[in-house]
Amino acid sequence: MNAVIKSLPVRSAALSAIIFAAFIAVWWLATAGTGAVATMDPEYAKLMGAQVTTGTSAFPTPGAVGAKLWEHLTNPFYDKGPNDKGIGIQLAFSLGRVLLGYVIAVAIAIPVGFVIGMSPLLSRAFDPFIQVLKPVSPLAWMPLALYTIKDSNLSSIFVIFICSVWPMLINTAFGVASVRKEWLNVARTLEVPPLRRAFTIILPAAAPTIVTGMRISIGIAWLVIVAAEMLVGGTGIGYFVWNEWNNLSITNVMIAILLIGLVGMALDQMLARFGRAVSFPE
Amino acid sequence: MGKFISIEGIAKRYPAPGGGQTAVFEDLWLGIGQGEFVCVIGHSGCGKTTVLNILAGLDEPSAGTVIVDGRQISGPSLDRAVIFQGHALLPWRSVMGNIAYAVTSRWRAWPRAKVAAQAQRFIDLVNLTGSEHKKPAELSGGMKQRVGIARALAIEPKILLMDEPFSALDALTRGTLQDEVRGICTATDQTVFMITHDVDEAIYLADRILLMSNGPGARIAECVVNALPRDRTRADMHRHPAYYPLRNHIMDFLISRSKSFAADMAADYDPRHPPVVKPGIPEPQLAPALVAEGGPARRSGAPSF
Repeated sequence: MNAVIKSLPVRSAALSAIIFAAFIAVWWLATAGTGAVATMDPEYAKLMGAQVTTGTSAFPTPGAVGAKLWEHLTNPFYDKGPNDKGIGIQLAFSLGRVLLGYVIAVAIAIPVGFVIGMSPLLSRAFDPFIQVLKPVSPLAWMPLALYTIKDSNLSSIFVIFICSVWPMLINTAFGVASVRKEWLNVARTLEVPPLRRAFTIILPAAAPTIVTGMRISIGIAWLVIVAAEMLVGGTGIGYFVWNEWNNLSITNVMIAILLIGLVGMALDQMLARFGRAVSFPE
Repeated sequence: MGKFISIEGIAKRYPAPGGGQTAVFEDLWLGIGQGEFVCVIGHSGCGKTTVLNILAGLDEPSAGTVIVDGRQISGPSLDRAVIFQGHALLPWRSVMGNIAYAVTSRWRAWPRAKVAAQAQRFIDLVNLTGSEHKKPAELSGGMKQRVGIARALAIEPKILLMDEPFSALDALTRGTLQDEVRGICTATDQTVFMITHDVDEAIYLADRILLMSNGPGARIAECVVNALPRDRTRADMHRHPAYYPLRNHIMDFLISRSKSFAADMAADYDPRHPPVVKPGIPEPQLAPALVAEGGPARRSGAPSF
């Protein structure tokens, strides 16, 4: 029993729970009403609203957010027209765009990165382009995408593609270029043909670096989709946030923040697990 | 000459910083017979590893050629297996996976079961039975090098090239592995070219020990013929009367003559036929000059340390 209490995971979980409880308590205290602040004519009080008459904050209380969250979670997939869809549907739109743009980026970045990594010539030739395009904010591409593609949905997919392609391209090229010479020499002495060498030596050796690039990319893609959907509108969690801001529903904005964080964490953990599966101890 | 391996006048040169070229080694000639075990000893920087890499086909000489089994080599070949100094196992594959990878590279059409059987045969040969499914990270240094040896032997090469295969191991493990390698190589009559820093290892394993002078401009200074009987063992070899003359000769070379070789190279030094010496065997055909100078061949068997 003592050992269980002393173990690091148990203690850290307990501390996490305390931090969470403290956060909720501070939040609750800050948003709780202070009671009647002034006696006034009931008709006038009605006009002024609860903020003035009872000292209640306009910021939602933890209870209000919890209740609304429960409402969303119990009915995530309703569709009552273009401006009122369940949060599950909105998240699904965002995830769909991210995954589509991301898969296209994987399909292009990994083979191209492989070729660049194998050839010092191509590596040097592509380097200036990669260095210039990499730091460009993905949203800067949006007008160009809207102008050429002429479709807001495809434009946001393109923006996801363009932001996730660079980390994967760079990491793949780096991982392929830095495969240990002795492993390549093993392949050479065994007269392994090039294609078999690529799949049996270079790919497994570079896989941990490639997956690290994929993990960075999915994180960036999930960051960018919110901003992109705020711009193009229509559907998605980013649009939901902007729409609720226009509705002045701070409660819904906070719920969206929580869900964006949870989904992002899930995506990151999936790739972390994949990374552990392809890593090898030396 | 009819030699199985014939190294013909190879050199390795690099551009020197101040213009011109520096030769690591120059005009190297060597013949190795089938089934012969040849060790090369020399100080770091004399280009031993480069010679081995050229033999393996991993490196190219700046001049000269290497002929193996009547054919000039061009690049690596499955006929010439390399045991790397740093074992060079693929860490994402198991012991069985590493050896099976080599076996399938050799015989592409073999069915899975036949590949596994061949790999298992060599895992058993190097006494790794039971560790087939371990990853290299789970093995000790000696076991890793055993896998490296099994991988090289499993493709049944004509020539085994070993680059200081035991230098990273502790003395006890090294001894056991030397016994195993000697057992396997004598039993199968394997042709071996090995680089080492360890004089006793060379004496125990090799039929012939090549002494390389220091680089740059390294050369094969001498071919030392090992006079110890073929059935020597590690336990009794130091009691053989030829052991200390042989060891002292090599030590003397490494300590003093390897440095000064280039300066006081004999006028009749022929790179195609470096002097052959047989320390410990009083042979009449030994060059009288060498004997008169009190050369190493005359040294008595008394240990000096």
